[in-house]
Amino acid sequence: MKIYYSPSHEYIKVDGNIGYIGISDYAQHALGNVVYVDMPEVGDDIEAGEDFGAIESVKAASDLIAPVSGAVVEINEHLIDNPRLVNENAMENWIIKIEMTDPSQLEELLDEEAYKELCEKEKH
Amino acid sequence: MNRELYGKLIFELSKPGRRGFHIADNHLPQTNALPSELLRQEPLDLPEVDEPTVVRHYTNMSTNNFGVDTGFYPLGSCTMKYNPKINEEMAAHPAFTHLHPDTPASAVQGALKMYHDLQLALSEIGGMAEFTLNPYAGAHGELTGLMVIRAYHDSRNDSARVKVIVPDSAHGTNPASAAVAGLEIVEVKSRPDGTVDVDDLRPLLDETVAAVMMTNPNTLGIFEKNIPEIARLVHEAGALLYYDGANLNPMLGVARPGDMGFDVMHINLHKTFSTPHGGGGPGAGPVGVRAGLEQFLPSPKVVKNADGTYSLVCDDSSLGHVSAHLGNFGVEMRALAYILSLGKENLSKVGPLATLGANYIKESLKDLYLLPIEGVCKHEFVFDGLIDKSTGVTTLDIAKRLLDYGYHAPTIYFPLLFHESLMIEPTETESVDTLDDFIAVMRKIAEEAASDPEMVKTAPHNTPISRPDDTEAALHPVVKYE
Repeated sequence: MKIYYSPSHEYIKVDGNIGYIGISDYAQHALGNVVYVDMPEVGDDIEAGEDFGAIESVKAASDLIAPVSGAVVEINEHLIDNPRLVNENAMENWIIKIEMTDPSQLEELLDEEAYKELCEKEKH
Repeated sequence: MNRELYGKLIFELSKPGRRGFHIADNHLPQTNALPSELLRQEPLDLPEVDEPTVVRHYTNMSTNNFGVDTGFYPLGSCTMKYNPKINEEMAAHPAFTHLHPDTPASAVQGALKMYHDLQLALSEIGGMAEFTLNPYAGAHGELTGLMVIRAYHDSRNDSARVKVIVPDSAHGTNPASAAVAGLEIVEVKSRPDGTVDVDDLRPLLDETVAAVMMTNPNTLGIFEKNIPEIARLVHEAGALLYYDGANLNPMLGVARPGDMGFDVMHINLHKTFSTPHGGGGPGAGPVGVRAGLEQFLPSPKVVKNADGTYSLVCDDSSLGHVSAHLGNFGVEMRALAYILSLGKENLSKVGPLATLGANYIKESLKDLYLLPIEGVCKHEFVFDGLIDKSTGVTTLDIAKRLLDYGYHAPTIYFPLLFHESLMIEPTETESVDTLDDFIAVMRKIAEEAASDPEMVKTAPHNTPISRPDDTEAALHPVVKYE
């Protein structure tokens, strides 16, 4: 699956029209231990650039920003009881699964290399 | 003190049959007045302990505490200044402590005069027309201030104003208060030094904006030089400008939010005016407004009549009550004692001294700790962790290690503008000897981070407990003994 990143550190793994959205490894590291993930409900519409939930760590609470628009088809229910999974493996433990309404929005996002550069820049 | 023994939970010290004192047997006849389903079937699970054990247990526990009376407390943004004991003496006067809050105004004229005097003093300090002292805390003040702003817009039938603009460097209470007030939050990005980018703000200002909330100096301790321009833009758009008083300390008696164009403000008496702080309160968050907004302030108001007497007034245009009676009256008396004991000429020395202390620490440590914003700060500043990141020692580790040296940790991981924020605010009440010792300890920790990083990462080593699992505590808090 191809992976795209947003400048606000969400990723979307793309499989046809389906996208798996989570936060990047860099983001989970910056946040520290995650204690709560606030997720939308299945059937909700999310819109690119708008928040679709929030993630709370021992350090801070941050909005989750949708990288693209779509409809939520599944949420990662494991995160309800065990939000620490995001720290254990952020890339495997996606937060929501969506059906994209406008896959052309992916072109606005960053690829692996561009995202890596962004993280390097933010570190300094 | 034997922490091993008396440091246990009071329930763990319990032994069946132990008593501090005995209650005489009850020879009166039993009644059946209560229905049996309301009667307890099993005895209450109370700890059974003798009196010396109770006293030692709690006295031991009290020594596990840390406060501004036991040591330096450079908790950025919280202004943990020393609380002069004369404040306590004044507030503890029986003329105040023996009052019942429902006593008729005619019988508590002295107490109402004190309230009114403090309100006048804060109005003078803030450059505002009037203050209410009723809100219980800073965030409660924010909520009250935003309710005043809503009442103002509603009075003009301008009810489409539903947004509050908040800089991304703001305290978390700002968006939280706006949400509780039923308003939408719009974040405005700040420049690298945390100040508001006027060009980013301009396009956000339209007829849907109720208010812009600002903290000045901001949470990085930098004074917002563009404030007149920002005030002009906000007012042109028909919105009001709100002043978060968290960082009023450096401006005390030197500069006034009212003169900068702010319309509504709150003050944290427990920060700037040296009332006790921490442990969850009580605090106080008086709210001031410029001329033209007084009628919306909460009820009751203390008003001085033409004949010199004081009355409690509830205006029709008021937004109503936000607290029982007149807020945390004892806290208000402490703040008044502080203001009167310093006087006008000494109040204006607070800010420069707080600023000097902060810059002294900053300049003495910036060769070891990463200073993202160069230049003169106001009362506080932020490091972005150690310069040398190769050791893996984080801001959290530095904060924990400070506890070993008997210092309270600075504020960490706030503001969110940097990954390793370490926010230091010494306040004006510390001697240069304390500042020098703190600087020496911070330099020592930087050295330890290089020579023995593992020791720093596992600190603290000298405190009653070391590192609790804060994630587990947040996820599954255990709040009662089982």
